[in-house]
Amino acid sequence: MVFDWELVRQSVPLLAAGLLTTIRICSLAMVIGVVLGGVLGLVSLSRFAPARWLVTAYVDFIRGTPLLIQIFLVYFALPVVGINLPEFWAGVIALGLNAAGFIAEIVRAGVGSVEKGQAEAARSIGMRHHQILLHVLLPQSLRAVVPPTTNELITLVKGSALLSVISVYELTRAGQAIIAVHFAPFEIFLMIALYYYLTISALAWFSRWLERRLPVW
Amino acid sequence: MTEVLRATGITKAYGGRTVLRDASLTVDEGETIVIIGPSGSGKTTLLRCLNWLEMPDAGTITLRGEPIGRDASGRLLGEAALARQRSRVGFVFQRFNLFAHLSALENVAIGPRRVLGLAPEEARERARHELGRVHLASHVDKRPSQLSGGQQQRVAIARALAMKPELILFDEPTSALDPELVTEVVDVMRELALAGLTLVAVTHEMRFARSAADRVVFMDEGTVVETGPPERIFDAPLHERTRRFLAHLHE
Repeated sequence: MVFDWELVRQSVPLLAAGLLTTIRICSLAMVIGVVLGGVLGLVSLSRFAPARWLVTAYVDFIRGTPLLIQIFLVYFALPVVGINLPEFWAGVIALGLNAAGFIAEIVRAGVGSVEKGQAEAARSIGMRHHQILLHVLLPQSLRAVVPPTTNELITLVKGSALLSVISVYELTRAGQAIIAVHFAPFEIFLMIALYYYLTISALAWFSRWLERRLPVW
Repeated sequence: MTEVLRATGITKAYGGRTVLRDASLTVDEGETIVIIGPSGSGKTTLLRCLNWLEMPDAGTITLRGEPIGRDASGRLLGEAALARQRSRVGFVFQRFNLFAHLSALENVAIGPRRVLGLAPEEARERARHELGRVHLASHVDKRPSQLSGGQQQRVAIARALAMKPELILFDEPTSALDPELVTEVVDVMRELALAGLTLVAVTHEMRFARSAADRVVFMDEGTVVETGPPERIFDAPLHERTRRFLAHLHE
């Protein structure tokens, strides 16, 4: 088998265009995932049982169904109820909602594992439940929450490859388009892998940098 | 004397084991009360019931005549009302329980800031003042992990003081400390007692009890056995159980 270096050279900018879309989608989905996941995580520790049950049901659904099916649901099922989303945004929302479910669980576990004397001391000076969560427990859980959240965001980037099935022109789809014309799957998939690897390495590096900057006590 | 707190008939059981049975206690303004008793006698549980960190199974607690934890008709109070009541009663924990992510100053300022609604600068000013009162003015920016146990406990006392509570409860405040650090905490407590604050302390620091307590309460098996001035309890206890406990203590 001959390795087609010329094709590899030509593909670099084409795949870069796909990667740009992947990065755009993933960044937006990460914002949704972290913000919504954080909120849901705190709600799951709230005093209102029905709110907690709703979050539990949501997390169960996200964990209990494949991401691919969730993507199809957002893309195909939402138009049935009158919500038409371009593929790009369907992708953002599907990935964001998926990550939010897992991050909610990470936050719940992280905040819940802060030593119980901390909440007790806060109660003893008259702090309200939500103030204790926000000002005492959440800040102390950050160091425990960042590493598993990074894992989740890495999973999100990998999961974005599935958006090729709803024809979002992201990295994987861009590669498939080249393969369809030139039939050089080995070269192209290898390059796609390299592009994902570099993207995820950057994310992991950022996470380690963030972790170092978090205060130690 | 004005009554600050009254606990009547407090009973508490954990999984069938009765820790408190019909324990009662009154605290007058400006009084310092020391609760002593063998381990497992229910001292700590009684103290924790007083500001509803534990919910008593039976009995009533009133703070200046106002029922704690329940409204006048006996219904459990909502979270907000309960938090307001707790803000009026200070609590100092055996293991300090300082907020690990905050500096000494922030530990003390967070209550005035978040609970009493003071402006940030005002809350910090009050925190500086209270830290000065426990002789930690030069340590305000340190985190708990940078402070000795005795210093941490004094920050915890300042945190309670900053709420300007009507009384402060101390749960074995020196028993997690190295022996050489006990004095600095006891000294601060004695200063507060002499300054006329209302204190209830579960402690085995007999020097503190003798020198600062107005009354000593001896508890055994979940109930108050006897109460009296320290000299009377220590030198002429009425009950055999008190005598036996004190004899053990002096061994």
